[in-house]
This record gives sequence, C-alpha cells and structure tokens, in this order.
Amino acid sequence: MSGSQIKSLFASGHTACAGCGQSLAARLVIDAAGPNTIVANNTGCLEVFSTKYPESAWGIPWIHSLFENAAAVASGIEAALRFLEESSSKKRLRDITVIAQAGDGGTADIGLQALSGMWERGQNILSICYDNEAYENTGIQRSGLTPYDASTTTSPAGSRSFGNPRIKKPLPEIANAHGIIYVATATVGFPQDLQRKVKKAISLKGPKYLQIHVPCPLGWGYASSLTYQIARLAVQTGLYPLVEYENGVLKGVFKISPKPVEEYLKPQRRFKHIINNPEELSKIQEIANDNIKKYNLVTAAG
Amino acid sequence: MFGPIVAKPGSSRKNKTGSWRTESKPKFLQTNCIACRLCVLVCPEGCIEGLEKNSFHCDYDYCKGCGNCASICPKKDIEMVPEG
Ligand SMILES: Cc1ncc(C[n+]2csc(CCOP(=O)(O)OP(=O)(O)O)c2C)c(N)n1
Ligand code: SF4
Ligand code: SF4
Ligand code: SF4
Ligand SMILES: [Mg+2]
Repeated sequence: MSGSQIKSLFASGHTACAGCGQSLAARLVIDAAGPNTIVANNTGCLEVFSTKYPESAWGIPWIHSLFENAAAVASGIEAALRFLEESSSKKRLRDITVIAQAGDGGTADIGLQALSGMWERGQNILSICYDNEAYENTGIQRSGLTPYDASTTTSPAGSRSFGNPRIKKPLPEIANAHGIIYVATATVGFPQDLQRKVKKAISLKGPKYLQIHVPCPLGWGYASSLTYQIARLAVQTGLYPLVEYENGVLKGVFKISPKPVEEYLKPQRRFKHIINNPEELSKIQEIANDNIKKYNLVTAAG
Repeated sequence: MFGPIVAKPGSSRKNKTGSWRTESKPKFLQTNCIACRLCVLVCPEGCIEGLEKNSFHCDYDYCKGCGNCASICPKKDIEMVPEG
C-alpha cells in the first residue's frame, strides 16, 4: 500500500500468531497511551513477538529485562523521572506515562512480588496484565489466571481430570487490597471501552492496574477469525465481568443481557471435554451467575 | 554479547508477515461500507486503513489472513477469498 496513512505506535510486522488477541490489545493500549510513554515489559509472547531481534514493533521507549521484573524496572524508571523532575527544570518529564506490562503468568504468578511492592510504594505507574489465561509462550501451561476446567498442558483433561481444578485468582481484588487509585478489567472485544480505561488510568496519579482479556487462538484452540467474538462472549456470558474501581470503590460495570456460558465455551478446544457434561457446565454457569449477582451486571427491567 | 540491545522504532515493518497467509485473504468489497472503522480497530496487524465509506483496504504485505475483519464487518462488506 503506497502512501499508507497508518500511524500507530505498534507497527505491523510483529510475529504474533494470526488473530492474536494480545497483539491487538498491545496496539490499542499504546495508541491510547500516546507517544509520551515508556514501557517496561516482562518476558512472554508479547515481548517475543514485538521484538524479534534486531527489530522492534514499538514506536516508544520500551525495555525488556526478565520474566518477573517489569514492575521493578518500571519503578526505577519512575523514580529516575521523579528525581530529574525535582532536580531540573524539565517540567515536561511530569507528563511521561510509565507502563509496566506482562502476561497473566508474569502478572499473577512470578511477577506478583515486584508488582505488589510497586503498588505498595504508591508509584505513578500503570500496570497492565494481558490475560490470555495461561503461559502461552512456553507451551500453554496453567497460570493463576487460567479459568476453571480449562485444559492446559499442566492441567490436562483426561479420565481423572476435568482440566484446571481452580478458579481464576481474583487479581483485581488483590490489587484493590493494596489501596491503589484505579483498578479495572477490559477486553479486546470492546476496544473503545478498553482505550477509554487506558486514558482514564493515565489521567490519575498513583498506581493503576488494568487487566485485559486477550483471547489466544493457539492456546485456547479456536479459529483465528473468532478472536473478537470470543472476547465479547466472555463478557456477555458473565464469565469476564468488566468492572472499574476508583480508590477501591466500584464505579462502573459493563451491563449485559446474559447469554448461556456454552456459547463462549463451545468454540474452544480447551473446554471440549466438558461441553457435553451437564454437571461441569452447571458449575461454570454458577461462576457466571455469581459474577452477575456480585457486580449487578444485568440492567434492571423498567 | 550480553547487555542492552537497541532496535530502531517500528523496524518490525521490515518483516513482511503477509507471506504467512496460507489459505485465504480478505477482499474489501467497497460497496456497502458505512465507514464504522471497526475493521481498523480489530485488525491484530494494524494493517487496515480508510477514511470515507467504501475506501477501506488492507496492506497485504502484513495481513496474516486471520479473518477477524471479515467476521466482524457489520455490513458484510469484507469477504475472505482463496489466496492466490
Ligand atoms: C525465571 C524464568 N522462568 C521461566 C521462564 C520461561 N518463560 C518465558 S515466557 C513464559 C510464560 C509467559 O506467560 P505469560 O506471562 O502468561 O505470558 P504469555 O506468553 O502467555 O503472553 C515462561 C514460563 C523465564 N523466561 N524466566
Ligand atoms: S500463542 Fe497466543 S498469545 Fe502467543 S502469539 Fe500466539 S495467539 Fe498470541
Ligand atoms: S467494518 Fe465494514 S463497514 Fe465498517 S469500516 Fe470496515 S469495511 Fe466499512
Ligand atoms: S484478515 Fe486479519 S490480518 Fe488481514 S486485514 Fe483482516 S483482520 Fe487484518
Ligand atoms: Mg499468558
């Protein structure tokens, strides 16, 4: 395409799988955050597919160090910016956004220690979790954010198992327990809502946490053309509630007219073993129902 | 060998991922398009552009043929056609 007008801070030519929800989310996030942003990234699919040596898809300063320490690296960046700001007249430094981002494994499991410290110190950083619900980059191992009954390589479904035996770790609540200023969930299925939340988070000073549902065609086993629709179904069934907290107070929920959970589960190979199992299906429906009740997801009629 | 490695911003564009397409590619029919821009928003490659109605198109140098644009277009104005 000659004379392309496409202006994105996340360039084409990255090496994510076709239809990767995480690559879509990364572009939506950085284009909402804008050019005045520094990103520290944990190891994972996003780091690998956006920076195939010697290339980079990023149009902003971006740094990778280890699987577990983006929050520590970002903390150093934020502290350095604060020092420069106080010791010089470079007022522009005040407008620089610092983002620490990682997958669900990097956020909820191995990186949680550095992240908790960053939240505790009250640093002015936005942490983003790209939640594809497993350690995808190393071969689909279960993480703390893998949903109930999902089959992964370390929670395989079989004659003695229905897949992952635990429910998702309640990370938004863990973030809230730190008393941070903003906590929200979002999804690539509702891109405008996602970009609004990124901008909202950046407008507030202090630690922020945004968890984004990013379907993974490879790890979840569905046709690459369904990424957007599967992301929406997760919300519309009540399994991935979109919520927004300020200072621990629930400020917004995305209202739905609930669809049965089967509509979300059916296209995905990771749930194939339970799709004809009414007992397991009803347990998953129960998880959705609990969310619907807890967050009041359904608009009251009249 | 170990130490900071610096790469040029946006240099991934050297990587023509369009060669990954194996089965099908999107065809922008440009007949019923309402310029809602949803295809631009959902393309994981960020390779769709357009401004006016019926002007939307993608860059086949990067399109991986995932099919999301075709499956979400509210006017069914994008169709997946066999590669070749
Ligand atoms: C200390 C350490 N342990 C293990 C690894 C191997 N490793 C690299 S990426 C990854 C999984 C990343 O999972 P997640 O954070 O969910 O990101 P995803 O790839 O799913 O996007 C693992 C286990 C590593 N790089 N460093
Ligand atoms: S494995 Fe999943 S998250 Fe990783 S690049 Fe492929 S689709 Fe994206
Ligand atoms: S999604 Fe369809 S109608 Fe909307 S801008 Fe793209 S081609 Fe046009
Ligand atoms: S098929 Fe996929 S990669 Fe190609 S233009 Fe459509 S959404 Fe983008
Ligand atoms: Mg993951």
